[in-house]
Amino acid sequence: MSKFAKKKSGEVPAVSTASLPDIVFMLLFFFMTVTVMKDSSVMVENVLPNASEIKKLEKKDRVITIYVGAPTQEYQKVFGTESKIQLNDKFANASEVGDYILMERAKKPQELQNVLTTSLKVDKNANMGLIADIKLELRKVNALKVNYTTYEGDAFRNIQN
Amino acid sequence: MGKRTQIPTVNAGSMADIAFLLLIFFLVTTTIETDAGIDRKLPRENTDPIAIEYKRKNLFPVWVDGEGRLLVKNERIDLKELRSMAISFIDNGGADPNHPDYCDYCMGLRDQTSSDSPSKAIITINTQRETEYGVYIAVQNELVGAYTELRNREANRLYHRNYTDMEEQYQNGQTSLLVKAELKKNIRYLRDLYPLNIVEPQQ
Repeated sequence: MSKFAKKKSGEVPAVSTASLPDIVFMLLFFFMTVTVMKDSSVMVENVLPNASEIKKLEKKDRVITIYVGAPTQEYQKVFGTESKIQLNDKFANASEVGDYILMERAKKPQELQNVLTTSLKVDKNANMGLIADIKLELRKVNALKVNYTTYEGDAFRNIQN
Repeated sequence: MGKRTQIPTVNAGSMADIAFLLLIFFLVTTTIETDAGIDRKLPRENTDPIAIEYKRKNLFPVWVDGEGRLLVKNERIDLKELRSMAISFIDNGGADPNHPDYCDYCMGLRDQTSSDSPSKAIITINTQRETEYGVYIAVQNELVGAYTELRNREANRLYHRNYTDMEEQYQNGQTSLLVKAELKKNIRYLRDLYPLNIVEPQQ
């Protein structure tokens, strides 16, 4: 019996926190790798509509984004409250969309230039007239693959509010 | 030289704090990007609009007015009805059994006054400049959903799985090339059974 009877100190040993930095580093690396740094800040209201029949945009480097929506509070004094198109980080007219697409396309590597998708991030309160103008411009420069970027959700919610 | 002095160890106790600091920074700045949406293909610019004529019964015109009201075949309908109406139109298969357009997999009513076959059936979306984008997306969603539902049905019949599953597996990078080739063939076949004919005139 006495063989196993170890000297007992009544205290519970403290949990070792030596591995805490490792765990935190693991989390840190995770967030560092998934983070996508935004290249332009959005200057328009951009509440996307909901849809359920959606497909993922596979590769980030094959996507050109166009934002549409009413200018946010700080820009409303200058640009008004009508919906506007935002290309990179400035407001633009529908007629400039074609040039923008051609410019962005030229920046991409040769092998990707034919497989680019245009992602339309349009506020759900925007008007279709502007979208029709954009689509006309896109067709002019032969950028035919379009993705209406949306949130995943019930499409009927778009109508209620 | 006398006794060798021990190299002092750097105190690593504050490493966790530094890592936490960085972690919190990245947590705050991360925005999980929305990178999904409805894929559509625009028509080429120089397609001649008058070149092809369609029979009236093969058209399913959807009108969306400035207030977000829906008009299908001159009748006001609710958005909730749109999907089932589109399905019964696409899947109608009204062509004569001896006609080359006859669709033997269709399960519709075979109404003579509705579409001949899924490949002949064309849905048009007409919007006005004042139409809200949200409503337009909802309509697109319902119409694409109608096609997906029909493709799912055929996929279940032929391959005992969902069309959406097949597409997902095809998109997955870990799928082997051999499986991909097979999937591609099947997906293409299903797409041919129910080709997506959604047209937006006057654009």
